[in-house]
Parts: sequence; C-alpha cells; structure tokens
Amino acid sequence: MWQNFQDAFYQCFTKNNRWEYLFDGLGVTLQVAVCAIIIGIFIGFIVAVIRASHDKYGFFPFLNILAKIYLTVIRGTPMVVQLLITYFIILKSVDSKVIVAILAFAINSGAYQAEIIRAGITSIDPGQMEAGRALGMSYWRTMIHIILPQAIRNVLPALGNEFIVLMKDTSIVGYISLIDLAKGGDIIRSQTYSVYLPYLTVAAIYLVLVMTFTWFLGKLERYLRNTGADVVSNGS
Amino acid sequence: MGKVLLKINNLKKNFGKLQVLKGITTEIDEGEVVVVIGPSGGGKSTFLRCLNLLEKPTDGEIWFEGKEIIHTSEAEKNAVRSEMGMVFQHFNLFPHMTILDNITIGPRLVRHANRAEIEKKAMEVLDFVGLVDKANAYPQQLSGGQKQRVAIVRALAMQPKVMLFDEPTSALDPEMVGEVLELMKKLAKQGMTMVVVTHEMGFAKEVGTRVVFMDGGYLAEENSPAEFFGNPKSPRLKDFLAKVL
Repeated sequence: MWQNFQDAFYQCFTKNNRWEYLFDGLGVTLQVAVCAIIIGIFIGFIVAVIRASHDKYGFFPFLNILAKIYLTVIRGTPMVVQLLITYFIILKSVDSKVIVAILAFAINSGAYQAEIIRAGITSIDPGQMEAGRALGMSYWRTMIHIILPQAIRNVLPALGNEFIVLMKDTSIVGYISLIDLAKGGDIIRSQTYSVYLPYLTVAAIYLVLVMTFTWFLGKLERYLRNTGADVVSNGS
Repeated sequence: MGKVLLKINNLKKNFGKLQVLKGITTEIDEGEVVVVIGPSGGGKSTFLRCLNLLEKPTDGEIWFEGKEIIHTSEAEKNAVRSEMGMVFQHFNLFPHMTILDNITIGPRLVRHANRAEIEKKAMEVLDFVGLVDKANAYPQQLSGGQKQRVAIVRALAMQPKVMLFDEPTSALDPEMVGEVLELMKKLAKQGMTMVVVTHEMGFAKEVGTRVVFMDGGYLAEENSPAEFFGNPKSPRLKDFLAKVL
C-alpha cells in the first residue's frame, strides 16, 4: 500500500520533474486570476457608477445604454464561449495566451462586479450624497470620498465571493491550450495514466488558495468593521 | 439689519405634475434668523433645499450676494453651496469617518485647507460645543443630539455666509432637543444668518427675527415673532397656530 503510493507519487511528481507542471500552472493561474480581478475592479467601478448615476440622477444616458449592452452580453453568454471568442476572433493577433486569458476574465468579471458595486451604491442613503453636495463637493468627489467607501464596505462579502468564483473559473483556460494549474494536472494524468493523485492534488491546491483568500478577506472585513460603520448608513 | 444676502424672486418648483412651490418672493438680510413654519406638505423643506440648489428650481430666480445662482455652471453651483451650510433632519454624518474627519473633509477637499491647521480649528470648535472627547469617535457611537451638534459644526467648518436648518430637531429624542437649540441660539447671537425650518415654536419666538408661514406652496404670511404669534392675520395661520400652540 505504502509502496504503491510512493511509486505513484514518484511517477506523478518526481519523475521528469513533473511537479513543474503544477508549479508553473499555479503561477499561470495566479497571474490570470490576480490581474483579471484588478482590471475587473476598474471596469466594475466605472460601469457601476455610470449605471447608478443614471438610475438615480439621469446622468450619462448614452454610456448607460453601452453599459447595459455590455452587462447583458457578458452575463448572458458562457465564460468558455467568451474565452474562445476572445482568443480566436477579437484578440487573434495577440500572441500571449496569458494576456488573452487575463482580458477575457477581466471583461467577464467586470460585469459581475459592476452589478455588485451598483447594489452597494444604491444601498447608501441619499442623504449622504446630499450632505456631500451641501458642503460644496462635486458629484464625483462625493461619489469617491463619501459613497464608494461605504458602498464597498457593504458589498465586500459579495465581491469576495466573485473573486473566489473567478479564481476557480480560470481552470477553463485549457480551452485555449494555456497550461494553468488544472491543465498541468491533466497533463500529468495523460502522461502517467494515474488519475487520483494528479487531480486530487490540483483540487487541494485550489482549496488552499481559496481558503487563504477567504481568511484574508475575513481579516479585511473585521478591520473595516472596527473602523466605524459596517452598517447601511441610515440616520447616522 | 445688514445688506441683502439672499433675494428670492418668484421661485417655483414642480415634482412631476405636483407644484410644491407656487411662486415665492422674499429677501433675507445678513444677520437675520428667518424661521419657516407651516403644515407638512406646505413646501418648507423644498423651499430650503432650493436655496442651496439641492433641488433644482423649476422657475424663478435666486440671487446670492448679488449673483443669480440658478442659471450658472455646475462648478459655480458647487462654490455657492460651499458658502451655505446645511443641517439635515437626519444629520447625514459620514458613518465611515471619525467626527474629526467629518468636520474637516469639506475644508480639506473644497477649500484645500492645510490639514494640521483645519484640524486644530476643528478641535477648538469641538471644545466649544463640548464634544472634544469625541473627536476620534465614529458617528454611530454618538447620541442623536451629539450627532446633530457635530453636523452643525461640520457645516460651520466651511465658514458659510448663511446656515440652512431643515427640521434639525425633528428626529431627536425630546431630551436632546434642548442641546441642539442651545447651540443654534449661540450661533444666532454671534450674528450668523440663519434660515430655520422647524416645529419648535419656542425657538421661533425667542430667537427668530422674522417668522414665515408657508402653506400650500405660497409664502402665506411673514412678520416679526411678536406680531406673528400675537396678531396673526390670515385665518389659515390662526387655525395652524391654534393647533400647534
């Protein structure tokens, strides 16, 4: 039994330095996930502010239509299809598969983040905007200094969830033959014909990634709660 | 009284088909304390919110220090608002900031005030209103009366030319009304120009230099407090006063 495990372990990870498939794959996974999250946050913020400003105050009618189309298309089509279209059609001339993957996931995640952030903005009492404006602050200044910090605080759990989903969703980049963590495990399986060890190891690594991230997010939430309001601001 | 600070000319405001202000014309001089009373739905708050353009008037003119302010650029409107302090019924303090930051954010962002300087000033004013030990607390740690006093200090930090009060004591527990009115009295004594929408008749009598009755979208009657309460003219005001006094 123990001997069998040792053999399998040797076959899957040690022989021909096969562990490097997982190690390099993990690097790709992290690269794609982190970059996509960061770019997605930017997209999410901009789209959310456009949508919320339009719904509340009638600003940006044209941009709002664009934003709505973007949200409808992205949320209405499967991620895999978006990835393939990005790779084979939109960014055909881009050589780096990592960059293609980053952009495809950022554009996808931006749509979901936008809706989460918009919900956060809508949850803030209108009196907050009025108080900022009454001090002479411009709409944008009030948005950035008063509304968004509170909105983010309120939707942090939902945003964190979206990041977790994105991190795991990157496991489909094998469709454009980019070797990430999942694909790395798959390659080991195809070379060794053993299924248990490669796939379970890959699953365990994803799990540890997500758990680490969740732990970090929990810390951040507690920190924000300790610095004042975790409430939907009402009558403060 | 001093020179004219605000001149309101035939001010109208519609919300959809509902006309809330049907043509208000009046003047507010420097140093005046104008108390606006009247039944709910009479347009008191809307009138006040039109003064600093939180509501966009449908028609009419507002002159502030000799300049018409309704038909100006967004930037000029922001500048005008920074010259008018506003205190809200529900305080509207920023819950994610300390009391000190609540007070200093306006001067810092709008006036580009030096942080150390403005914080020193804010501490002095907090000391004046007896809240210096709350400087680093957050709004949710304060009582309603304390919140409203901080809100007043926040508005004052911009060194406004006029202070607008929108039912500042209506959301307070009864025992906290006094401390807020006391602070407003002090302000009035220092010569601050004030427009106060309130149901506190005692405050109107004692502190107001002029009392205005708003009803049905019109400025129905205005007079000195003594005349206003002692010798009301219109039957509508007589009726209103009989109910509230």
